Amino acid sequence: MDTLTLIAVASIVTAGITTSFGAIGPALGEGRAVSTALTALAQQPDASTTITRTLFVGLAMIESTAIYCFVVSMILIFANPFWNHVIAHGAGK
Amino acid sequence: MRLSPDEIIFWQHGFIKLNATLAFTWGLMLVLAVGSKIITRKLSTELKRSRWQNALEIIVTALEKQIEDVGLSQAKKYLPFLGTLFLFVAISALSTLVPGYEPPTSSLSTTAALALCVFVAVPLFGIKELGLGEYVKSYAHPTVIMLPFNIISEVSRTLALAVRLFGNMMSGAMILAILLTITPLLFPIVMTALGLLTGMVQAYIFFILATVYIAAATRVRQSKLEPGAKH
Repeated sequence: MDTLTLIAVASIVTAGITTSFGAIGPALGEGRAVSTALTALAQQPDASTTITRTLFVGLAMIESTAIYCFVVSMILIFANPFWNHVIAHGAGK
Repeated sequence: MRLSPDEIIFWQHGFIKLNATLAFTWGLMLVLAVGSKIITRKLSTELKRSRWQNALEIIVTALEKQIEDVGLSQAKKYLPFLGTLFLFVAISALSTLVPGYEPPTSSLSTTAALALCVFVAVPLFGIKELGLGEYVKSYAHPTVIMLPFNIISEVSRTLALAVRLFGNMMSGAMILAILLTITPLLFPIVMTALGLLTGMVQAYIFFILATVYIAAATRVRQSKLEPGAKH
């Protein structure tokens, strides 16, 4: 295998692993957050506006970890800097 | 496949480039500025109002109420900055209904610029409210040990703001592009509707997070005064 193939294999496999592991954690966290928020809503319907707002902000915070993983895997697949570097280096030779 | 609208270049002269991000941002700015100018030209205080005035009043009062709910009592002072952030992000997400348009917020440059605005605005509002000395002291609030962590959190939350908005808007466009190659007929429509929803939620989250940061920066003195007021 030459360098380009190695980089491609490593990038694709890593992108898949990144997205899958990045989805597990936030999914568990968001499930817990939503279930707790639903319990709180059932117990105190009057505080629904505060609970909903806090829930949204919290969900955004949790979800951003998943988004980081997604962005990293997208960069690995579509805008891989190492791939570009090797292609530019190879063209220079 | 493109990662962001930065790569569509309309016009280039040497170093200066006019890419789709810039063009669409200017278009949105024009629509927002001219639109609100036209609507507010004929404001009426009577019972009979134009439709557009009602719509604008709903938006402005809802934003004001949200800011007050977070804990900034003088919402009017912060409304111009925070409201503009919300309107820009929301309109840039909603405009995806227009064919050929790509949201400028799906480019990291735009979201980084918006997050930098928040990064600069938070200390400015804090200094304006507390005074320079008091604000700088608030970084070492519980103990001096927390000083580096407070500074790190200031930087990392700015990064998080930028990457969160970018990731959400970019993933919407990316999923659409992938689906178009697989099932070109029905699913892209459903995903566009979902994209509109996530766009609005992201706009709300960007706005509310900026509000929470500003509230945290301006509220330090009040929490110190409260225990003193009891004596």
